[in-house]
Amino acid sequence: MSAARESSTGAARDVSSGAARRVDARARNHPAYWAFIVHRVSGFALALFLPLHFWALCQAIAGEARLETFLRWTDNPLVKFAEWGLVLLLAAHLSGGLRLLALEFLPWRDWQKSLAAGAAGLALVAALAFALAL
Amino acid sequence: MSESGTEDAGMLQVRIWRSGEDGGGFREYRVPRQASQTVLDVVTHVQRKLDPALAYRYACRVGMCGSCAMTVNGVSRWTCRTHVSKVAADGRLEIAPLANLPVVKDLVADMREFFDKWARAQGQFAGATTRHDAFAQVSPVSEARQAVDAGIECIGCGVCYSSCDVVAWNPDYLGPAALNRAWTLHQDERDAAQAERLRAVAGDAGCHACHTHMSCTERCPKHISPTAGIAGLKRAVAMAALKGEL
Repeated sequence: MSAARESSTGAARDVSSGAARRVDARARNHPAYWAFIVHRVSGFALALFLPLHFWALCQAIAGEARLETFLRWTDNPLVKFAEWGLVLLLAAHLSGGLRLLALEFLPWRDWQKSLAAGAAGLALVAALAFALAL
Repeated sequence: MSESGTEDAGMLQVRIWRSGEDGGGFREYRVPRQASQTVLDVVTHVQRKLDPALAYRYACRVGMCGSCAMTVNGVSRWTCRTHVSKVAADGRLEIAPLANLPVVKDLVADMREFFDKWARAQGQFAGATTRHDAFAQVSPVSEARQAVDAGIECIGCGVCYSSCDVVAWNPDYLGPAALNRAWTLHQDERDAAQAERLRAVAGDAGCHACHTHMSCTERCPKHISPTAGIAGLKRAVAMAALKGEL
């Protein structure tokens, strides 16, 4: 047991013989938890992408030729596919964030799963629109 | 359901958590399948017919007292109102004590920390009137009273607390039930300790620690949404801070 638990219940700890157990993935398998994971993973991946984004912008400062070379490289189909992934991540993080804002700041509604489904739908529509426009 | 045609047909394969010097582990039992059988019926059968040393806790058997909650096939549930047919389609049950709480013995979790946190969240009503004053007139259709209605039926079973990852990550976190209690009192227009309560539920161990997994809302057997109360407390704390009341 942690020190916090020990201190809050004082000396009468004696009756508890076993450490607290933890839930596993079975307890977490529900839509809101998936929405949480998507929001976290997309946010983390976007944070990893940011340095690359700033590096690309730096190429413009370094000179027209270097930027042109870089932009030619981005026409590579694999890069285009990665770009689509990026849009999907951005859309998922944006719609997931809007869902959280609605949940926390608007009056409570009991259709929170529909809200999560709506956020997922919005992200997929945005990613699909980008894929078709490529 | 086991339809293999072997001797196992009509029998449940039950694994039950047993405490031990080595930290404990699951022990297997075979329990006859019955119509309308609840998980609590299964545990009771094991204790009465197979293993009298098994420790578990229950009282009312009808979903009112909140004492029989356990982890069933990985999910925290009230066992008296959980039908075996709903959770063990393949005839297998894994029954363990509630998570995030110390284990007293076998399936009995130590609930002290859970209830101590209700007290820490200022979960007591603080009235400002005496018996000589008139009854308070609270409109049943007011928004605040409706919010109280939505959260007041908590039976203190600990299912939400056991399902909450934030409780596991941050042992000081007050947890969904205590915060839901604080929310219902915050919405009580008769209560006179609003600022103290908001101070108690603000901060790292309070409502702001919630990551909105909504496992509490998903698992609450009374269909209460502690997430709604926690979101409300976040708004209330922010408003009080802006007004300089905290």
